[in-house]
Amino acid sequence: MSLALPAAPQQSSRRQLLVSTALVAAAAAMLMAGMLAMWMKFRAGAPTRESSDGLKIIKDWMPKNITIPEVAANTMFATFPFAAMMAQWAVYSAKRRDSGHRSLALVITFGLGIAIINAQIAIYLQMEMGIADGAFQTMFYAITGTMMFLVIAGMAFSAVAFFRSVGGRDDDQQLISAHALYWYFLTAAFTAMWFFVYVQK
Amino acid sequence: MTTIDTHVGAEAKASSSSFIGAVGQWVTSSDHKKIGRLFIGWSLIHAIEVAVLAAIFGFERMSPQGLEIITGDSALQLSWYARHLMGLGLLAPLFLGLAIAIVPLQVGARAIALPRLAQFSLWSWLFGSGLVLVSVIGNGGPGGGNGDMVDLFLMGAALVATGLIAGSVSVATTVMTARAPGMAMDMVPPFSWSALVGSVTTILSLPVAIGTFIYLYVDHTHAQVAFGSNKDIEKWMGWVYGQPQTFIFIVMALGVLAEIAPVTARVRQPLRPVVLIGLALASSGVLGAVTQSNHVLNLDGSNSDKLSSTLPFLLFNGLPLLGVLVSVAVALLALKEGTPRVSASFAFAVLGALMILAGVAGSFVQHIESANLINTSFGEAVTMYLVFGAVLSALGGLTHWAPKLWGVVLDDKKVLGLAGLGVIGTVLSSLPLYIAGFSKQPAFALFGFDYDGPVALWNLLAGAGAAIVALVVIAFVGLLLQAVKAGASASDDPWDAQTLEWSVSSPAPTNNFAALATVNSSEPLLDAKPSQGVSA
Repeated sequence: MSLALPAAPQQSSRRQLLVSTALVAAAAAMLMAGMLAMWMKFRAGAPTRESSDGLKIIKDWMPKNITIPEVAANTMFATFPFAAMMAQWAVYSAKRRDSGHRSLALVITFGLGIAIINAQIAIYLQMEMGIADGAFQTMFYAITGTMMFLVIAGMAFSAVAFFRSVGGRDDDQQLISAHALYWYFLTAAFTAMWFFVYVQK
Repeated sequence: MTTIDTHVGAEAKASSSSFIGAVGQWVTSSDHKKIGRLFIGWSLIHAIEVAVLAAIFGFERMSPQGLEIITGDSALQLSWYARHLMGLGLLAPLFLGLAIAIVPLQVGARAIALPRLAQFSLWSWLFGSGLVLVSVIGNGGPGGGNGDMVDLFLMGAALVATGLIAGSVSVATTVMTARAPGMAMDMVPPFSWSALVGSVTTILSLPVAIGTFIYLYVDHTHAQVAFGSNKDIEKWMGWVYGQPQTFIFIVMALGVLAEIAPVTARVRQPLRPVVLIGLALASSGVLGAVTQSNHVLNLDGSNSDKLSSTLPFLLFNGLPLLGVLVSVAVALLALKEGTPRVSASFAFAVLGALMILAGVAGSFVQHIESANLINTSFGEAVTMYLVFGAVLSALGGLTHWAPKLWGVVLDDKKVLGLAGLGVIGTVLSSLPLYIAGFSKQPAFALFGFDYDGPVALWNLLAGAGAAIVALVVIAFVGLLLQAVKAGASASDDPWDAQTLEWSVSSPAPTNNFAALATVNSSEPLLDAKPSQGVSA
């Protein structure tokens, strides 16, 4: 059986990759939001005590003997926007079909991802805390580990985009835009985590 | 004008003479219809498992001391396994599979968006389901005695959720980006709309569940201080398998009814935008699910206390109920406007939707604190109404789309009989537990309780009802296999339907459409039919 329907004109691009990346970023945002909410729930439920001078109420959430290396954490916080900026530079270059700068921007984004992972490992090493030492320690490793997994996924995205770029794919604007969108999400997610886990503790 | 060649891809049925070759084709295929059918097939196996387990639970509870069919900790483990199967092993994948198979055809796309992601979705879900099963067999799951197997359960559940999210991304992207030219969002067929709504809400809610599983896994593997031991983890993951999270998975069941009702009535759906709004409202339960707490109505205290209790209660329990009511009522309005015919698919879909309505209304009542129904078998009955109601709707959908999925039309009379039997089974498996809930029979507890009332009767009926549902699903699968074995026999448009999937051959060819057509209304196929025998 054949049914006659009006013929369709040439279809324009529907931004499939960009839309799916936005959906994945939304899912990952909910993952981090859920984990942060659980972190805050445990933090709020931690026992309280008065300070020795009786002027402050202290929450016994993070054990006293643990110090979070703030320099490394703040460096990570500053690195994420730079990575997103590099990803946006790749978009700018892609629109101008400037393959040299596009590839350079992508490789720098990847490199900044390595720097972020390096800073996180430095934090783990300097803190010297065991994962089984208590609720704070377990949850700290779980939430920061999940964030690092998302960063590694972003680096894989950068690597794929880079190899396509050096392979001469000049029509990859949508992929480069989707890549930038994912790094914007990573920046926002880490900013929230930095505030609640590293600043507020 | 474009002529739609309805037999494209016939060569793709290519012969793979060897069994291994055929299996290889299925395993590696990125054809959305094959992926969808695999999802549906495995989910139906889970449907039988769920009904059999529910029947055993019912019989076990006939005596307060238990009949000793299931003993000790295995009761807790099996009840959690059943709950896992109902939500993430049956409801979500059954409708996701239907959506993966049908949505690209409905929106006029040649393929599903991100087909490899859809394929990953199936295997991730299936592998995760396998891990969950192995963990339960190995004395794992919540309450299990083997710590390693409890970890395996958590890992499996996270994989299952990952697979469902991946499939949902694929379906949502298809509806948002792969629609036929001219098909605006408000022209999307109701089932595809419900698939979009259900997928987006799955994408927003299941990652929160994965976050919970990650915390539980890390803590349980290393410390067991934050979330407790084998038996304590259940209180952290209960929300994933309860209401309102389940509401998200039944949105597509309502979409099936909204799709079939106007075809059965041979009329363009009246108040179509209201149906779409109703389907969207039904999914609003996602807001309540991710907050991971019961939003009960408590009218004690000051006016301010009453208000702060009433607003979230209405938002998280009232809105989904309103959505289900609106979408069912307006879909049925088509019957009044048109000239309905008796069809098995419609019978399944409408009876399933009414069972779902009974479940959502029950959930509303359960969350009124003064009713004292929290943690009673009333809540269990809500789940049974929703799960078995959704299964009936899905069977309606499979009957309706069988020509496109398998190239067959099922025997209408036999399927009608199954629909009647299915609704009897669903009511029997749920209603007695509603009543027992008022006598404080605890939810999902298999023994160690007693109350003044016919304990044996209520639980015997519930067990018998679940057994009937199991038989209905088995009989349906048998009918389907029999029809498939007899060979493709369906015409391209056996129901005189309205949407694009019926413009291609039965079964649908590999690449769906030879050429893309322009769509000018919500019922594009109807516009193209010369007779236009349907009321405007």
